[in-house]
Amino acid sequence: MSDFFTMASLVFVVGSGIRLATPFLLAGLGETIGQRSGVLNLGVDGVMLLGAFGAYWTILETRSPVAGILVGIAVGLAMGLVYGVITVTMRAEQGISGIGIFLFGLGISDLLFQKKVGTPIPIRGFGDLHVPVLADIPKVGEMFFQHSVLVYVAFLLVPAVAFLLNRTTFGLNVRAVGENPAAADSLGVSVARVRYTTILLANGLAGLAGAVLAAELGIFQQNLTNGQGFIAIALVYFGAWRPVGVMGGALLFGMVSATVLQWKTLGLVSGAASSLTAMAPAVLTILALVVISRTVGQPSALTRPFDRGH
Amino acid sequence: METALPMGRWLRERLAHVTGPQLAGPLVPVVALLAAFVIGAMMLLALGANPLEGYQALFEGAFGDVDALADTALKSMPLLLVGVGICIAFRASVINIGGEGQMIAGAIVSTLVALGCGDLPRLILVPLVLIGGLVGGAIWGAIPGALKAYSGVNEILSTIMLNIVAVQLMNFLLRDLIMDPYEKDHGRLPQTQRLSENSDLPLLPGGTRLHIGILVAVGMAGLAYVLLWRTSLGYRIRAVGHSGAASRYAGMPVKRTIVAALTFSGAMCGLAGAILVFGSESHRFVTDGSSVGFTGSAGFNGIVTALFGGLHPLWTIPSSFFFGGLQFGANAMQRAVQVPAALIVGLNGLVVVFVVSSDRMRRAVSESWGQGREIASERSQQRDSDQTQVETREEAGS
Repeated sequence: MSDFFTMASLVFVVGSGIRLATPFLLAGLGETIGQRSGVLNLGVDGVMLLGAFGAYWTILETRSPVAGILVGIAVGLAMGLVYGVITVTMRAEQGISGIGIFLFGLGISDLLFQKKVGTPIPIRGFGDLHVPVLADIPKVGEMFFQHSVLVYVAFLLVPAVAFLLNRTTFGLNVRAVGENPAAADSLGVSVARVRYTTILLANGLAGLAGAVLAAELGIFQQNLTNGQGFIAIALVYFGAWRPVGVMGGALLFGMVSATVLQWKTLGLVSGAASSLTAMAPAVLTILALVVISRTVGQPSALTRPFDRGH
Repeated sequence: METALPMGRWLRERLAHVTGPQLAGPLVPVVALLAAFVIGAMMLLALGANPLEGYQALFEGAFGDVDALADTALKSMPLLLVGVGICIAFRASVINIGGEGQMIAGAIVSTLVALGCGDLPRLILVPLVLIGGLVGGAIWGAIPGALKAYSGVNEILSTIMLNIVAVQLMNFLLRDLIMDPYEKDHGRLPQTQRLSENSDLPLLPGGTRLHIGILVAVGMAGLAYVLLWRTSLGYRIRAVGHSGAASRYAGMPVKRTIVAALTFSGAMCGLAGAILVFGSESHRFVTDGSSVGFTGSAGFNGIVTALFGGLHPLWTIPSSFFFGGLQFGANAMQRAVQVPAALIVGLNGLVVVFVVSSDRMRRAVSESWGQGREIASERSQQRDSDQTQVETREEAGS
């Protein structure tokens, strides 16, 4: 175990923990915006898969990571439009229709991959961006300032989303619609418009999260996300619907995963026992949910469709 | 797709107009399926395949001859059991996304039973491993049930997390404690040894691969029907599903009912997991590291068959058989028109989306099967007495 408590291990765990946290963070921030307006999107994982394939295929064809990222976001926005029609216009049960979106994304991303690409061909994503001066600080630079540009974007979105939700009129409307849509409606806020906007933001970020995953891994395969979208949803609860809390949860998840990886590399745990450690984040999340459900209330109108007629 | 959705609703209203609400309910899933198939045909066209040829190969592959029907029945077994479990949970307004984990939990407990008591005669061991499956799934369902009832933890999240825990537990056990000793020394394939021959599910006569697991699944659908509509627990489950507040006023033990619904739901999924292990060709419990590798996504697809069957256990039987056929026939379609079988997974997702796309549609489905008549009358009484109560509930329940 003493092998683990070295500077090199720490640098690795923090550095790759931040990298691994990025897709969770992006999808989780999007889901936070959606849930604050009362919309639960269980389809995040499916949207991430479609975004990941869109980005992967675009980068494969054009060799432009920027185009790939934009396609990933566009795929997410298109799925957001669909989800908006289903849950806002048709007022469908959000939990179950989310599972429908998930299955759709799971199947169609696999279908397109098999049909259009077939065998996994590696792609080149963004190289690491060395932040001037800061990246040269020994250890610290390696941990925090030698990541892909996407990592910085994701973490800069945390204050941006917090500002959007807490300091703007739009954010006020989002929270009003999430807590009491009838009251917001009576004051002239269009519940449908607010929810469509948040759903588009949420799904655009989910598509971006998938694109980041594909670009960082440089590969696509069936079920690439392996349930990361579902974990991102749990992180929203874990973070008590606050962007900073979601970031904390994503970092915790990323660091724990990186620690397990490092233990495996150092041979501290056998391959079988690493399965047990891989349970830790899920168990932690359940425990956190028990605590949070006692102390913090979720948005009152979460999962409730709004029907003006009632 | 955006245009297809309002159309589905419009169509239902038209159908209700023509046929009356009694028939419109069952027709909703059929229209949803047709809509999904139309979109599937467009995708086939876009991928350069002939949709007619593709669908023909699909249905011939699934239902064309006796062997195909037998394989379709085998494929539909886990869908049926999970679907029945979903019916029980959804009737209580509990959204069980944990079918995958519950299947794995059932498979683990039943495998431990077979490893521990492999010498028992077949007549005892086969029922015993099936009970093991029920117990494993029940435990994995009771945990989120208790967390929801007593700690207010959202069951969607806890079941998703327990799926992850179950997968990792399976991977650990199959790579370590209950790994095949031969594999441990040589191959390192994560699987158990060949489980006791006394635990093999007996084959049905007829020379096909059909085993008694099919009969068990159909029997469970019947029992679930009896549970939901012929017992007081079933009445409580449906009442809690309609309105927790009203049930509490009526003096029902709402919390215990929620735990019971998720426990029964999990037990059905666990049984499916056990039958997958003991009805398999290899008679081993094998993992490829993911849950899909073991369950074939039945834990999610069971939601599709249950919704398609109008959340009614008996209607879930033909529904599961049909979707099992789609899954099995997809391989024939892949061979015929070179479009990957994954298309069917995507279409299943569309069916879910279409079926739930209108709450009015959903209400028509449940009411047309006569359930909730008593609850409807109770609701109208309540509406007279307490108008505001009804308003909040309808907002919550819709």
